[in-house]
Amino acid sequence: MPSNEFFLEIGTEEIPDWMIEPALKELQNLLWGDLLLRSLVQEDGLAEVHATPRRLVLYIPAVLDKQPDIEKLVTGPPKSAPQRAAESFAQKMGVPLSQIEVVSTPKGEYWGFRQKQKGLQTKELLKTLVPDTVLRIHFPKTMYWTGKNGPRFIRPIRSLLALYGRRVVPFSIAGVKSAAYTFGHRVLGKPRIKVTSFQQYLEALKNNGVVLKAAERREKILADAARLLAAAQPEGSPRRPTLRENPTLLNTLVYLTEFPTADMGQFDPAYLELPEEVLVTVMQHHQKYLSVSDAAGKLAPRFIFVMNLDGDSTGAIRHGNERVLRARFNDARFFWETDQKTPLGDRLPMLEHVTFQSQLGSYRQKTERNVALVRRLAAFVPQAPVEHAARAAELAKCDLTTELVKEFTELQGVVGGLYARAQGEPGEVADAIYDHYKPESMEERSPRTPAGALVALADKLDTLAGCFSIGLKPSGSSDPFALRRAAQGVVKILADHNLHAPLPELIAAAQPSGEAAGQLGEFFLDRLRYYLREVRGFRYDEVNAVLAVGAQDVPDAIARCEAVRQVRPTSNFEPLSAAFKRIQNILRKAGGVGQFPGEPDAALLEGGAEAELDGQARRVFEETKESRDYEMVLRRTAELRPAVDTFFDKVLVMAEDERVRRNRLTFLAWLLRAFTRVADFSEIVVS
Amino acid sequence: MALSFQDLIFRLQEFWGRQGCVIQTPYDVEVGAGTMCPETFLRVLGPQPYRVAYVQPSRRPADGRYGDNPNRLFKHWQLQVILKPSPADIQDLYLKSLRHIGIDLRKHDIKFEEDNWESPTLGAWGIGWQVMLDGLEITQFTYFQQCGGIDLDPVPAELTYGLERIAAFLQDVDSVYDIVWNPPKRGASSFSYRDVRHADELQFSVYNFERADVATLWQLFELHEKECRRLLAEYPSGQEPAEKRRFPVLAAYDQVLKCSHLFNLLDSRGAISVTERVAVIGRVRELAVGVARSWIDQNVAATFTSPSEEAVVAE
Repeated sequence: MPSNEFFLEIGTEEIPDWMIEPALKELQNLLWGDLLLRSLVQEDGLAEVHATPRRLVLYIPAVLDKQPDIEKLVTGPPKSAPQRAAESFAQKMGVPLSQIEVVSTPKGEYWGFRQKQKGLQTKELLKTLVPDTVLRIHFPKTMYWTGKNGPRFIRPIRSLLALYGRRVVPFSIAGVKSAAYTFGHRVLGKPRIKVTSFQQYLEALKNNGVVLKAAERREKILADAARLLAAAQPEGSPRRPTLRENPTLLNTLVYLTEFPTADMGQFDPAYLELPEEVLVTVMQHHQKYLSVSDAAGKLAPRFIFVMNLDGDSTGAIRHGNERVLRARFNDARFFWETDQKTPLGDRLPMLEHVTFQSQLGSYRQKTERNVALVRRLAAFVPQAPVEHAARAAELAKCDLTTELVKEFTELQGVVGGLYARAQGEPGEVADAIYDHYKPESMEERSPRTPAGALVALADKLDTLAGCFSIGLKPSGSSDPFALRRAAQGVVKILADHNLHAPLPELIAAAQPSGEAAGQLGEFFLDRLRYYLREVRGFRYDEVNAVLAVGAQDVPDAIARCEAVRQVRPTSNFEPLSAAFKRIQNILRKAGGVGQFPGEPDAALLEGGAEAELDGQARRVFEETKESRDYEMVLRRTAELRPAVDTFFDKVLVMAEDERVRRNRLTFLAWLLRAFTRVADFSEIVVS
Repeated sequence: MALSFQDLIFRLQEFWGRQGCVIQTPYDVEVGAGTMCPETFLRVLGPQPYRVAYVQPSRRPADGRYGDNPNRLFKHWQLQVILKPSPADIQDLYLKSLRHIGIDLRKHDIKFEEDNWESPTLGAWGIGWQVMLDGLEITQFTYFQQCGGIDLDPVPAELTYGLERIAAFLQDVDSVYDIVWNPPKRGASSFSYRDVRHADELQFSVYNFERADVATLWQLFELHEKECRRLLAEYPSGQEPAEKRRFPVLAAYDQVLKCSHLFNLLDSRGAISVTERVAVIGRVRELAVGVARSWIDQNVAATFTSPSEEAVVAE
């Protein structure tokens, strides 16, 4: 069947950069899915999506002209029914009696009619499918612009280009009619360009200042930057300045421009006296500049900015950007100097005016709770100097009252740490303040020092206990207090600092009220599971096996997962886990493991396979019961496999003699208890 | 030579005047932003088309820096443009206005970066961008979606030009105080922004941060709030259009503006805790929402004073 290319360009006002890639994916899935459903494209057929801030583009090289015809069998009355029934069925189908036929069904013979449905013409189908699909694209925040009853989209749609087989697919959205026209870059291109095919469309955009493909824009920015950095290499120096990588920012710049050009600006090296964190935040977060390291890896007094233009012929753009950065740095310096006039300690009373949460009080109150919690948790972080940690907790939130943090909120904690150091607090205190919000993601490092870990744990646990106590649990995607991140952070800190603190005791120390303690326990179990699987990459059954026998001690759970992963490929392991599953089943049928406490009576054990297993098991148990070398424990346990197999081969567990039977079940229960300290093998899914 | 501060204003007014805007004068009650003036807050409500542009000194007491900071001001000047409904070529019109003040778009980098606007005190929000010129934010561009808690239909576009920033950019000075306010003419002196405004910045910073009497400010707040509530309660909802038309909703709105400004003063004085903050904002919003409702009711009942259809269509 003949096919044709289809492509669509939704021309809009500037779409927020971070929403573009998800929108493209959705546009492709929705339209492709609908076409596939109607058999108009091949499952493995090609489709491309592209975007700039002002256009979302979908291109499908081959869409069939027409849906295949379908034949549908309509069943009528039973053959046994009177002739009248058959006649009226034929009439209903709109055909003479001769065209209906007898069909066999599982229920017997019936009158039936094979109804032919003509496949829809693709050009007809697209008329409704395309506008429906466009408006089905989900955006995190939409608007209306033609009036309340008009459509919603992320930003106003101003142009629609839709061609199928070189013909316009006619439809309209919000008063904009689809047509065979596109538009160029605002400054570098023409506002209205005739389009005949996708190939010619690509050509037209290129000639009108639009780099359609994101990958090409990214390459251009990086190539420009590389050239600028090479040119900035000091004479005689073996190394050139380098770009500080920031893939998120780079992606933002890619989707903020239709024709990106990078250029380099400079700033007065005197600003390098300010902390690098502040300068980099101003450049990257506020100005969207890429920052540069000098040959020695230190922040260089340069930056790379990206314009949406083909160049800066007069130098005005560079001049302008340098001017703005200077003003921003001046502000930062002003804040830095102003803030120094009031030491962090003097800011404590000011925290009374900063609300943490209306029911949980001010940051002053949170600070007091954090300090007390640091002291209660100190025993769990044995290497942390308690007085330093308590001091850090006392000062940790004071930077919320500084001008610098009010201006650059993302620097909370960091600024406090920098000020503490500048104001002569011990290094331990300053570092702990600096790090106490960390880790904010699973990619970020935990606090560097034990004191930092202790303060961070206290801060997060207090937040969790407080919020859960007043019913502010995260639900679905709503988690305004970032409680998942807080709990995930606790787990990561315990792991990174190898802290064997039992989670229930940590939770209890934070004094949650009522049901909150139990809810937090479950919440943490979820986070721990997530951490082991997604961050550490353990298999789900390994995680289940390990957590089934203990989920309180994070580093211990990790060590046990690690051991299972190591021993799992050895030949004895999976058969042994099958044997354990068998033991569990036997015991479950006999009333449960709990019915058989204590140790078996050696006198009642049968010689041979049973005594042999008992002897080996006791030896292994005695040698491994104290050990934290879980891999060794598992290897030794796995070595029991031949003896276990022989036991099941030779010995009948459900012996006739009641006492022997009971003793044998007690033996199995003992085995189960003795060897499931590391993991519950029965959770392992045997391949 | 680059445009002086006042010539910049003249040019923008000239441009938007040609687009059919009423060129208004600044509103004579203190406001935190041009959006709060009745010419925006009330005119965007309801179905009647309107186009207006005006300069509005906007007071943000907490932003004062005693005239010491080269970029921060207690009172800055905005040029506010409302186009209701927003025309399809609004972005092009805006870019033309930049050309009209001497910005050659072939030589400068313009970007529209996501920035949605929200005013909890006014129960208002919109979707839009900050417009960046060579890395400098020069305009807030917003499609209003809601105002006074009421969905807007049609959707107006609001353009807010930051005049000091644009003037400093055009004149290439690092401090707003070095902006040339008026060009020297016929032997008369030229004045700088410092000459015209520095004392204003210094003295109001002193007042706002140090000298304003908190008890008095609270008293004033409560008086204005009470007056506004009284008026809103007396609005003749069930009565004749003629009764409604002469009811002073506009006077009630002035009371809202007074409250909002007093709230800002109290805030800069450090007299409002964060917990109280939410509550006080809620009180002001309630007044704003009440006024918006009465205004709409009044204008459904009465004939609205709007430019004729022809005046809007003609460019």
